[in-house]
Amino acid sequence: MPITESDIKKIASLAHLEITDEELRTLAPQVASIVAYVEQLNELDTSAVEPAIGGLTPEGERTAAPREDATRPSLGQELALEQAPEPSHGHFRVPKVIASSEEKENF
Amino acid sequence: MPATDRTIEHITSELSGGKTTARDVTARSLDAAERLNETLNAFLQIDREGALGRAKALDDEAGGGGALRGIPIAVKDNICVRGMQATCGSRILAGYHPPYDATVTERLNAAGAVIVGKTNCDEFAMGSSNENSAYGPVRNPWDTERVPGGSSGGSAAAVAARIVPAALGSETGGSVRQPAALCGIVGVKPTYGRVPRYGLVAFGSSLDQVSVFGLTVRDAALVLQTIAGRDERDSTAADVDVPDYVGGLGGGDLKGARIGVPSALLGEGLDADVRARVEDAVNAYRELGAEIVDVELPHAKYSIAVYYIIATAEASSNLARYDGVRYGFRAEDPKDLREMYRRTREEGFGTEVKRRIMLGTYVLSSGYYDAYYLKAQQVRTLIQRDFLNAYEKCDSILTPTSPTPAFRLGEKTDDPLSMYLSDIYTCMANLAGVPGVSVPCGLTPSGLPVGFQLMGRHWGETDILRLAHAYEQAHPLTERPRVVAE
Repeated sequence: MPITESDIKKIASLAHLEITDEELRTLAPQVASIVAYVEQLNELDTSAVEPAIGGLTPEGERTAAPREDATRPSLGQELALEQAPEPSHGHFRVPKVIASSEEKENF
Repeated sequence: MPATDRTIEHITSELSGGKTTARDVTARSLDAAERLNETLNAFLQIDREGALGRAKALDDEAGGGGALRGIPIAVKDNICVRGMQATCGSRILAGYHPPYDATVTERLNAAGAVIVGKTNCDEFAMGSSNENSAYGPVRNPWDTERVPGGSSGGSAAAVAARIVPAALGSETGGSVRQPAALCGIVGVKPTYGRVPRYGLVAFGSSLDQVSVFGLTVRDAALVLQTIAGRDERDSTAADVDVPDYVGGLGGGDLKGARIGVPSALLGEGLDADVRARVEDAVNAYRELGAEIVDVELPHAKYSIAVYYIIATAEASSNLARYDGVRYGFRAEDPKDLREMYRRTREEGFGTEVKRRIMLGTYVLSSGYYDAYYLKAQQVRTLIQRDFLNAYEKCDSILTPTSPTPAFRLGEKTDDPLSMYLSDIYTCMANLAGVPGVSVPCGLTPSGLPVGFQLMGRHWGETDILRLAHAYEQAHPLTERPRVVAE
């Protein structure tokens, strides 16, 4: 399936990536050629094959090692905020989340 | 292995004989790391003060630590070490210092290892040449005009240049075995679930595994043994006993061993010099008493396609967390939250990471999930079955590690697909979840190292390490790279 620059724009928006016009021009053919390459999988009839989800070894998920579901100390507020770009009053501070009605158009 | 090389075995015997101290060993390693970094760019951080303090403590408490007491180790910059940075080779994590240790870091420390620094890598471990690091490429110690492989290129170069005897890397699709081959050292990717990933920055969660570089098979086996085993903080770290890998290396007699060679895969795209060295290795195994059998992995040719769907899909989800809110880089003066996300990610991520996030987002997007992601997971099942079928005829599978020796810097940067094909022999093991080890097997006529890999059964590291060790004892790589610490 051909991938156009407008597809790339839509994907970028889904992925929260702002991409430049130059990136758009290089990414569109690159992503298209990679997608064309992976489409070779269509040669295979997999209608009767289970997907490999849920454990890779012959034992499957039986080797999973969950711990007891009990409360225990966590990182703590101070350490959790230590690396934040903009901590404020024990929280992560971010720019405006809710747009006013006239801004909503472009939001 | 030249006798002059300072392996873990060698350093440990000098330390226990009182011929040297942990401080001296650490200082030598730090000096070499600093001196060679201008040439190799292998380290993103060298922690002189922390490492010397730790070595002094080990010397003072005489007898502290375990199997790695006083051994300098380098750690890839996508694994958390408290007190050091963890940038993952990305601008988006510039200056980030994780507030906790990875489980593997805790286990190295408990065993007495001295972590000397954090090594350069492709951004978020995405690459096969180390050219995708935001902090510049790593250079191959055998030829500084060439790449060391990737993504764990800094760890590979640090071991090859004899700065440290062993290092941690991580694998999603060959990121330790391929650079090990290109740098002439040993690289081990354990079975999926063998080593805890708590504190390893996530890339492709159904593929990722902390992996090990060593100058020798024994050293790599010892480090693997130290970090392997169940962990309460990672439910994928399997509840399976860890065997004594070093004790299992055994002697050189391989009578009864059956090594499978998938000869149909050794055609197109395989460099003639690499083929010749790998064929020599197969003959060497015959001489050691192993039986060589032809096996088929009929779906292996689809592994790159499957890999680039699954790995990018999982990456697009795992990398959603880099949004400028809780840690790392944040774009300046965004007008609202959404703009902050977009600009933070635009300015913070490099080209390859964006390309893979885009591809992953595309294959998971509405209407395409069945055609790409589900299809890839079904073909992955077929690849796993190929391995299980092959293991009815043999105990391990031997292939080249990389289709070519180290290529030149810049040679493949404009063609992502040709770069991806560097992983053609390695990524099938990640897809199938089986362990693999890359072993050096000589040089090309132009003096570049070649490696072969052995892939084993799930949880069968002991078997492939024993085979690797037997080859290494019979055919050690005695040449050393041009850029070397001592």
